[in-house]
Amino acid sequence: MTITLHVNGVAKKLNLAPWTTLLDALRIHIGLTGTKLGCDHGQCGACTVLVDGRRINSCLTLAVMKDGAQITTIEGLAKDGVLHSVQQAFIDHDAFQCGYCTPGQICSAVGLIGEARAHSAEEIRELMSGNICRCGAYPNIVAAIEQAMSRKPASRPKAEHE
Amino acid sequence: MNNFEFTRATDVADAVRQIAADPGATFVAGGTNLIDLIKEGVTKPSRLIDITRLQLNRVEETSDGGLRIGALVPNSDLAYHPQIDKRYPLLASAILAGASPQLRNMATTGGNLLQRTRCFYFYDTTTPCNKREPGSGCSAIDGLNRMHAILGASEHCIATHPSDMCVALAALEAHVLAAGHNGERSIAFADFHRLPGDTPHIDTNLNKDEIITAVELPPNGFAKNYSYLKIRDRLSYAFALVSVAAALEIENGVIRQARLALGGVAHKPWRDRRAEAQLSGAPATRESFMGAAQTLLSDARGFGHNDFKIELARRAIVRALSQAASATPQSQIDKRVR
Amino acid sequence: MTGVGTNYFGKPMSRVDGRAKVTGAAKYAAEHNVAGLAYGYAVASAIARGRIRAIHTAEALAVPGVLDIFTHAHRPKLASSDEKYGDEVAPPGSPFRPLYDDQIRFSGQPVALVVAEDPETARFAASLIRIDYDQRTHITDLEGNRGRARAVSENGESHSHKRGNATRAFDHSPIRIEVEYRMPVEHHNPMEMFGATAIWEGDGRITIYDKTQGPLNCRNYVANVFGMSQDAVRVLSPYVGGGFGSGLRPQYELPLAVLAARALRRSVQVTLTRQQMFTIGYRAANIQSLVLAADADGRLTSFRHEWLGMTSRFENFQRSYVTWSSQLYKCDNVEFTQKLVKLDHNTPCDMRAPGGAEGLFAIECAMDELAYAANLDPLALRLLNYSDKDQIDDKPYSSKELRECYRQGAERFGWSKRSAKPRSMREGNELVGWGMATGIWEAMQMEASAKAVLTANGSFEIASATADIGPGTYTMMTQVAAEMLGVPIEHVTAKLGDSGLPHAPVEGGSFTTSSVGCAIQTACRAVQKELLWLAQKAPHSPFAGAKLEDVTFADD
Repeated sequence: MTITLHVNGVAKKLNLAPWTTLLDALRIHIGLTGTKLGCDHGQCGACTVLVDGRRINSCLTLAVMKDGAQITTIEGLAKDGVLHSVQQAFIDHDAFQCGYCTPGQICSAVGLIGEARAHSAEEIRELMSGNICRCGAYPNIVAAIEQAMSRKPASRPKAEHE
Repeated sequence: MNNFEFTRATDVADAVRQIAADPGATFVAGGTNLIDLIKEGVTKPSRLIDITRLQLNRVEETSDGGLRIGALVPNSDLAYHPQIDKRYPLLASAILAGASPQLRNMATTGGNLLQRTRCFYFYDTTTPCNKREPGSGCSAIDGLNRMHAILGASEHCIATHPSDMCVALAALEAHVLAAGHNGERSIAFADFHRLPGDTPHIDTNLNKDEIITAVELPPNGFAKNYSYLKIRDRLSYAFALVSVAAALEIENGVIRQARLALGGVAHKPWRDRRAEAQLSGAPATRESFMGAAQTLLSDARGFGHNDFKIELARRAIVRALSQAASATPQSQIDKRVR
Repeated sequence: MTGVGTNYFGKPMSRVDGRAKVTGAAKYAAEHNVAGLAYGYAVASAIARGRIRAIHTAEALAVPGVLDIFTHAHRPKLASSDEKYGDEVAPPGSPFRPLYDDQIRFSGQPVALVVAEDPETARFAASLIRIDYDQRTHITDLEGNRGRARAVSENGESHSHKRGNATRAFDHSPIRIEVEYRMPVEHHNPMEMFGATAIWEGDGRITIYDKTQGPLNCRNYVANVFGMSQDAVRVLSPYVGGGFGSGLRPQYELPLAVLAARALRRSVQVTLTRQQMFTIGYRAANIQSLVLAADADGRLTSFRHEWLGMTSRFENFQRSYVTWSSQLYKCDNVEFTQKLVKLDHNTPCDMRAPGGAEGLFAIECAMDELAYAANLDPLALRLLNYSDKDQIDDKPYSSKELRECYRQGAERFGWSKRSAKPRSMREGNELVGWGMATGIWEAMQMEASAKAVLTANGSFEIASATADIGPGTYTMMTQVAAEMLGVPIEHVTAKLGDSGLPHAPVEGGSFTTSSVGCAIQTACRAVQKELLWLAQKAPHSPFAGAKLEDVTFADD
């Protein structure tokens, strides 16, 4: 089937079998490997992207069902080399270690901020629970999202002895 | 995934026509359960009919003062809808207790009703499962059955229904509207899902040629005294071991009407009218709640790894009813069970 | 070391690989979409023990897009001796050989690899494969098979230790406890599934992007198993999505991808499914029995610790589980034993503090019980029995700051406010439990090498064949190099994850900074010497006659 996906502002015409997931369309057919395969069954959130502004799991989405949709992946968040505030906040707060869950976490956080329903750390934690991090960067992820939400200027966390 | 045909339905009549024409076809909307099952090889539809363009995505008032929820309304939209939040907070709470934000953005009302059990043996195509292959046996009964049913099970199947939303809909006595080639009908929620009996491969009473068009809520949402309490192995993003939807109408400390539905314990959301009748007219006290729990669980039985669910359900029922009575519903954000 | 104060050591800094990770630019093992790439999908055995009688692949082979299906009956040549499969981290025994023969040795064993033009076709074709098995009764339950446990020595070294007479001391002591603890299997499940992209270079060489904590270990493994020269194999792992120990040994996606690439003369990518991540190495389930005794004052008089754990039928995996108490607590009468039960599972592998996480959990829980039996504060019990030497090696510690940790911890957590009576503290309708425990780990150092290159334009490259699975190795290497030469961080590039780089051990054991870091320091010192020599060569050099230790390297 021939479909068009608008990925990070660029129209991509694709000829795909209907059973191709949006995740595989992005990673293999378009070559955007930033979105990650973590479980392939909607249980980890590593494949989170934004479709028409909403965060979803791309591994459980058929690409053909998103014909014509606006899709934002991790590669589309920075503009002209300037990192998105969430990306910058993740660096400032060391909100990752191995980095594999990170694109999903960031896209999910962007979606979360757009939903405007999380206002406290507790709410952020619950509304980010669809993204698993095995390195355990959760506290730093919450702090990064708080920073991005409050748009406070970036600050490097102080070391104990400073 | 197996190779399947893919078509789109333009309206309800078209959807009904397409599904009636092809016995191997199935509808797809959110896909959060269907795509999962196809990947696992549990289900192998020959055709997927995309129904996402059907005009079934509104929430509107009904003539009797209730609410009609279009089958394609996403779970997150429903949970946050001002009318649901205000009039049916039990439903909102239950939806927000389930899955993850991403999945709630994708999943639809209709799909949530039709989701299938997450029993690991159902999912593992190398093990016998009467639901997947009638007559092959039930691996869970003598297997690892921590997540399985303690009520309403049969010797053929002890699986549970995984939905949280359905537990609230059961408590609220919703109706499921379906359209088929014989026309439209309204199915009482209690009659929508089935017990396994000797037909565990059939989950609902929806006919093969029917499409869910809406779910209707009656006017009473029990908005003042309710609670949805979900107990699970981790704090979020996991299915219930036991969940309780409790809703009360109280006047001068006496219960006028009670609704009590359990999730995680049976093949469908579990209501026991005797327990509810027992609460009706009784004082809203711990003693009354314990009596109702006792009645509801009188026939409960465990299968070895889930025996703990009986006592857990007892305590969860008492706690949820207490929370409802004191108008301090369980928060789905602050996980402490007060 | 350079002058007073430091620029980068001991100071927090943002990870140098941060931008790559937050923009999705960092590519992991199964993300190298080279031209003509084929995709492999592994099929897992449906039984845990027995043999394959037949594999029916005709229906699967007929699916359009399927290139081939490899099985034990249809595969290129593989090495046939245990020593070829033994990697740097392999425990004693016979390493598993994927697709080697018809024997099923563990639950989830890979028995076929479907290779197709796209991953979805490979997965679908795999679902059409039918396998006939001769199934044997499997044993996978540790608890029910305790009676079969045996103590196993490795290379003549037993894991047992005895001092004094623990049994007699126990019998004569007023305070005695006996406890038993169980730990289930724990799976690493890093976020990135194991995957490999084997690139067929066409001239006999093969370049593999593999998810691994040890690219050198994997390079040697591939060369051995496939009879290739080490020069013909290159393993790259610049970004690794978590390991936690699971990537110390080569996992089976590696030989499967290479096998297919060699047979098809094409590049092949194999990724394990999340379900298959439960069929690789894991932390072994275990049962630990501790029997402790103390005098009336709470001083330990007897300490017996037995660890009983599972391993595969083909390899004996064990670490040091039961000797930790002799590093922590004074006791003259001890008896430590380790026993293994062989089960029809894959071999366990290292996972986060292997040996320590298991042993210390049990020891500290037992000490907690002893504190209650002796009516002593749990922290006071630790301090009373504190050991300033390793009682097995009988050597004092060169440094041990544990006492200070206890003191600071007690102060910061308000330990004095704790009520010792169980179930005596509550918040609302919740009981509050409050305890303490000790964790220790050996500080290890392994042989490692590093290469340092300073160019005329001031850019500095530092390289070693280690990996970075998330702890920040790239950043550590950059910090060390920048500190040594006084160059700005932005001018330093760290390179790792390449078997072609100088030798480094697998990234594990918390020894990478001490090993690779020291190698970097050594390499940098050589650069310093060279720089000083060059500076001294200039006419009327202000550095004439200066010694290296009198010179500071800084960026103006």
